[in-house]
Amino acid sequence: MQFTLNVRRYDPEAENPAPYWREYEVDVPENASVLDCLIHIREYVDGTLAVRCSCRSAICGSCMMRVNGQARLACATKAKDMQADGAAITVEPGGNMPVLKDLIVDMDVFWNKIRQVKPWLEPVQPVPEREYLVPNETILDLTVAMNCVMCGACVSDCTSLEVDKNFIGPAALAKAYRFVDDPRDDTRQERLEELSEYGGVYDCTHCFFCVEVCPKDVAPLDRIVEIRERAQNAGVTNNAGTRHAKAFEGIIRDSGILDEPMVLLKSIGMNPVEQLKNVPGGVRLLRAGKLPLASGPFHHKIPGHDNVKRLFERVEAVEEAQPAQGVKS
Amino acid sequence: MLEHDVLVVGAGLAGMQAALHAARQGVSVAILTKVHPVRSHSNAAQGGINAAMEDDDPWEDHAYDTVKGSDYLGDQDAIEVLCSEAPETIIDLEHMGLIFNRGSRGQIDLRAFGGQARKRTCYVADITGQVMLHVIYEQLMKAGTHVYEEWFVTSLVRQNDAVCGVVALDLRTGALELIRAKAVILCTGGAGRVYEPSSNALICTGDGYAQAYRVGAPLMDMEMVQYHPTTLPGNGALMTEGARGEGAYLINADGERFMERYAPNMMELASRDVVSRAEQTEINEGRDIDGCVLLDVRHLDRNTILQKLSQIRELGLEYEGVDIIEEPCPVRPGMHYMMGGIKTDIQGATFVKGLYSAGEAACVSVHGGNRLGANSLLDTLVFGKRAGESAVLYADGIPFADVPDSRLQEDREHIERILARNGDDGERAATLRLAMGQTMHEHVGVFRDQKGLEQAQATIASLKERYANVRVDDTGKVFNTDLLFALEVGLMLDVAEAIVSSALFRTESRGAHYRTDFADRNDDEWLKHTLVFHAETGPRLETLPVTITQWQPAQRTY
Repeated sequence: MQFTLNVRRYDPEAENPAPYWREYEVDVPENASVLDCLIHIREYVDGTLAVRCSCRSAICGSCMMRVNGQARLACATKAKDMQADGAAITVEPGGNMPVLKDLIVDMDVFWNKIRQVKPWLEPVQPVPEREYLVPNETILDLTVAMNCVMCGACVSDCTSLEVDKNFIGPAALAKAYRFVDDPRDDTRQERLEELSEYGGVYDCTHCFFCVEVCPKDVAPLDRIVEIRERAQNAGVTNNAGTRHAKAFEGIIRDSGILDEPMVLLKSIGMNPVEQLKNVPGGVRLLRAGKLPLASGPFHHKIPGHDNVKRLFERVEAVEEAQPAQGVKS
Repeated sequence: MLEHDVLVVGAGLAGMQAALHAARQGVSVAILTKVHPVRSHSNAAQGGINAAMEDDDPWEDHAYDTVKGSDYLGDQDAIEVLCSEAPETIIDLEHMGLIFNRGSRGQIDLRAFGGQARKRTCYVADITGQVMLHVIYEQLMKAGTHVYEEWFVTSLVRQNDAVCGVVALDLRTGALELIRAKAVILCTGGAGRVYEPSSNALICTGDGYAQAYRVGAPLMDMEMVQYHPTTLPGNGALMTEGARGEGAYLINADGERFMERYAPNMMELASRDVVSRAEQTEINEGRDIDGCVLLDVRHLDRNTILQKLSQIRELGLEYEGVDIIEEPCPVRPGMHYMMGGIKTDIQGATFVKGLYSAGEAACVSVHGGNRLGANSLLDTLVFGKRAGESAVLYADGIPFADVPDSRLQEDREHIERILARNGDDGERAATLRLAMGQTMHEHVGVFRDQKGLEQAQATIASLKERYANVRVDDTGKVFNTDLLFALEVGLMLDVAEAIVSSALFRTESRGAHYRTDFADRNDDEWLKHTLVFHAETGPRLETLPVTITQWQPAQRTY
């Protein structure tokens, strides 16, 4: 079957290195993957095309790239599913990582973030003579996170990372979850505290792209939300993220509509230095007309506020009946 | 000058285990790998890792099953090491953080696997290898071991009688460097790409076999090539033996569980060589469905499939468009594993001083003529550790060798000659590899005979001649994967030649090596290993006795 691929190329050794597009026609079996097409190009059409690949069965994580604008494993993406009528399949390197050549990105960015979460078990002492005894349900829960093949699709398409290089990111946080929820790990509390700091679980903006693009159903966002719950249940609340969540909840309960300046103040806490740091941002928001003036004592309740209150009561009743166990997806 | 007391080549399970254990002895250790460690092919081991974990399961029983599985070609001293050290290896792994599936008391659960008299396989769903690889990599990050990531060894450096370093290409920059090492450990994995199709990844090009062979280390039992009974016809991807361990059936076009006729006791869980031969017989005799038989799990509990076989369900959906919950999936025997490899002793030492090996690259031999499923992961860890520790003992106290610059120049010129042939009239490496792979599959597969093997030998010889004219499109330095592939194909042709010569040499049938012209096992003449040495005139063959400790060869039925 014929496919047309439009591949974003980059040759760092060119005289004036700049990305460019190159179109290829390939004739491959109907059920060929996008990776099969690229391998065909590399082997028989244009050997200069650089792409990382190995297992061809979605287990090694090498061939993450953007196909039709979205991060995917090229080996697990059928070409015929990507080729809309007459249009070429666009193939680009993954995002949020520097391109080294063609479809090859610098994964050091990715691995440095993984290392940041101390991704190894700190065993509970004393280490038993035989294996630690662990319920199988716990193992099944950890297996969801261990399914990750470190392909970087979630990092490529993470919108928080795009604007905040300090964010630890979805892959590393999902990896961290695997230790937070491992009963054999002795550093759970320290992990929860570190993960709740700046750059950690509260810096995710819930865009859900990581869930959508993950080829192994790790659902990093769900893992992030679970770490937050574990942290709050473990009393790790003295951080901007928890204060933000509590302020948000309190204001909505009291008035039904967000009082943004107050959320900001409460999130920062009673720290004048931090408060001052936010003044320039506040001024910019004001200028853009994005900061409502009706704040604090001038903030109004919305009509029908009683309904909002009743919603809170119903949620609380459900939560009481089922003590928090974390969201299972 | 780059130098390390111990340099490990390859970062799969064997390589990382060797490096971790060498580093614990306090010497300077580095790993060199052509892909990031977690991209290594250990990932693909789905089903599990064997160990006699239960009190009423003596390790000797595991050893006996392994000896029998090997068709009595495995060296029994090595198999005793493998099986007696298995339980502690599993416990070490669990303490490192491996998340094995658990039984009702929270203990490590066991599943059934082929060729074994009882359940003995520890597992994590059907992603055991992946989880092991990632957990060992966690330990490597913790230890802070230096990794030459995306580097490729172009040759081993041998001075006088010892290996004392490597010449290697930094794929990111194109720089060619000499790395001196007192000891080199080859953990470069298998050579699936020598065959087409194969369940193996694109990186499994047998680099270490050819490199060791070229510096004088012999390869052992290279004719012993495992065909896995359940690979997908489309891309050769593996459907774990764990499926049959959980109770899957194999059926032919008549809907018959044909294993009744070949292995009435063990049925689908007979050893892999037996099941693959049975399938190929069914296929050859016309009871096939488009060259395949069917793997049927429809009678299994839906939750079992979703929890324990979810990855292969995805593979079926992805590559064959079959949901194994609803329909049986077409499968056929596919090239999967090299029982043979670089001959080592039980400490991982090869015949050349300073050169060690472990994992699929090595042949200790614990697998003999046929490897049992879930013994390969065990092999990587048990002998990876031993190779790491014994390389340190050797390296301790000896000086780095002086290596002349001319040694680097040789490899540089070889590369420049390939890069210079970027015109249209040379040979594409891919064309040569495909011809090699198809020939190997056709003539050196499940069934072999002299005529076919001689034909394969002639084809490989002519491909080697054509390879002298191999060309590339890419003349750049950064990530020149075109050049890398051309270099790999050159190495693979040596591996293919060694396999074919060994297969011609062994005039009997044993384990995975089935000669239709010598259909019986012949213990009088062939209860011995084949050894192949590199020589200017072509492969030179010798034999080595099999080590027998407590299990005398007997007839093998399942």
